[in-house]
Amino acid sequence: MVSPFVLSLSKDGPRSCSDKFSTKGDRETTVFEEPYSFSPSVVQFLSITIKRVGFGLVLLLAVLVLNFCLMHLAPGDIADTIAIDAGGADEEIMAAIRKDYGLDLPVWQQLLKYLSKVATLDLGYSFYYNISVTDLILERLPATLLLVLSAQVLAITVGIVLGVIAARKPHGLTSHFVTVLALVGYSAPVFWTGIMLIILFSSTFPIFPIAGLMDVSVEREGFAHVLDVLHHLVLPSITLASIFLALYSRLARASMLDVLGSDYVRTAQAKGLSEFLVVYKHALRNALLPVVTMAGLVFSGVISGAVLVETVFSWPGLGMLAVQSIVARDTPTILGILFFSSLVVVIANLLTDLVYRIIDPRIKTSSA
Amino acid sequence: MPEQPAAQSKAELETIREEHPLMETARMFVKNYSAVAGLSVLLVIVAVSLIGPLVYTTDPFEMVWAPFSQPGEEGFVLGTDYLGRDLLAQIIHGGKATLAVGCAAALLSVFIGITIGALSGFYRGWVEEILMRITEFFQVLPTLLFSMVIVALFGASLPVITFAIGIVSWTAVARITRAEFLRIRELEYVTAARSVGARNFYLILQVILPNALPPIVVQATLMIGSAILFEAGLSFLGLSDPNVMSWGAIMGNNRQYILQESFMIMYPGLAIFITVLAISLVGDGLNDALNPKLRQR
Repeated sequence: MVSPFVLSLSKDGPRSCSDKFSTKGDRETTVFEEPYSFSPSVVQFLSITIKRVGFGLVLLLAVLVLNFCLMHLAPGDIADTIAIDAGGADEEIMAAIRKDYGLDLPVWQQLLKYLSKVATLDLGYSFYYNISVTDLILERLPATLLLVLSAQVLAITVGIVLGVIAARKPHGLTSHFVTVLALVGYSAPVFWTGIMLIILFSSTFPIFPIAGLMDVSVEREGFAHVLDVLHHLVLPSITLASIFLALYSRLARASMLDVLGSDYVRTAQAKGLSEFLVVYKHALRNALLPVVTMAGLVFSGVISGAVLVETVFSWPGLGMLAVQSIVARDTPTILGILFFSSLVVVIANLLTDLVYRIIDPRIKTSSA
Repeated sequence: MPEQPAAQSKAELETIREEHPLMETARMFVKNYSAVAGLSVLLVIVAVSLIGPLVYTTDPFEMVWAPFSQPGEEGFVLGTDYLGRDLLAQIIHGGKATLAVGCAAALLSVFIGITIGALSGFYRGWVEEILMRITEFFQVLPTLLFSMVIVALFGASLPVITFAIGIVSWTAVARITRAEFLRIRELEYVTAARSVGARNFYLILQVILPNALPPIVVQATLMIGSAILFEAGLSFLGLSDPNVMSWGAIMGNNRQYILQESFMIMYPGLAIFITVLAISLVGDGLNDALNPKLRQR
């Protein structure tokens, strides 16, 4: 029934929001004569999606080229690694190994070979774990996804709730709490927060397990197993969420304050709608937009945080694998992890974009 | 404080009319108690890190007492680590490297960010298209993993670590700079400068950049904090220069002994926490002082 007559359009689509993080007044306000005369057509929706997917693929290709460059720029190659493992080799054998791995070919041919191998999901072989890198990564990926997604969901939900409560009473206790929380959450090193939680929960309140994905001493199946994993997930997830909770709550507060001051909210209030309806039905949807954008933008940051959190809590995911393979100088594995985590970020960004366009029907065209 | 309010406000009015904009910013900043507190704490930390090693001369790498001694034991205020090294000495000596890497990496990323943001915001067109795509590429790259790879491949020395942090952290600065350039390049004084024949180089550096600086300065301040956190993360994972003591390195060295000697992790982490908190407070204060319009929030 009530359609927002005053639409605030951002100039160049959802991605521009990062530039204007929590600032008021730089959104352009345009008054439309006819509200909601357009609805995004399916064709347009699809074409934008295809464009985005295409750009995501280009980004991944760039990651692969970067990987390849890193492999070549780094001192030493695979022949050296094998020779060191074997306890030394003469020039002839070294040349044979190089020929075997195609290292004698021109660089561009090696690059093409590398790319065509990756296209078939062949990321090389880990000499340290004696297993193909793709298998190794796929084995560890679920644990990381579980940690990253649960932390994101936790941080976003609690962040929005805190932010909305704070925005409704800008000078109240919750508002100050959000400000302090944002500062503390941002300033504490995430691995330190994790270790402090471990110290707290290892001796003082031993209610949560402090390491690992599950209890290996007891074999569990089905629901009991799920519960066990969730029990182990509590502390790592809270730790990882602590950095981003602050970000989301602060952003939700700022954007909610912004929306609550806009004309269409005043209209809704003037019509005599209940405060609950105004805040949670009319205002919240618009206030969520910057939070969604931020969720996509910080995703690579969440993965970085996960590397540290996994190390602290011995969570057997990609991050811990990355640290172990760096110690073991297992280059194919570490580069494979770099590629796979970029893939996760690209997919997360595509999904964020989709969610954004579902929440905000006004975004019908945007190039990028 | 409220002495002769009328006369003061009149005098204040006169100074406002004449004073340098930087003075105005400083005045706004000083009014913000939490920012001043942050700045004071920060100055104390910097002073201790610079002068401390000259006063407290215990070598942070030297074994001075039995390993794992608790804080306060045998005159070692914060105890000793698993090699019997004095933790207090390590924290006092470690501040310098932590702060230096933080500042250098932040400088590097601000430099890259301003260059890319300014060029894309000023020239627009295909330059903007390409540079913004590069920015997006660096946003997709998992920053910590990429830095880990660089440090692992090229060796853990302070310059490599600084580079590895700076090269992944500039995207925010680039976006802010670009947004400011897009806004300012359409303003009348830029058109005026253009009309009297100013060259592009002059326009970018002398006309637009100085006016685009306020939000960049705020971001740069916050960046020092995040670079310090980043360095701590790398060091914690064991990717620190083994010849240099830093707060992150202390935690990384003692990672295995969390439960035996939690204080070895607690105190260096606390030092980082307080430093970054102080920097954030200063950044928030600068933000309020440089954008007086936003203060109603």
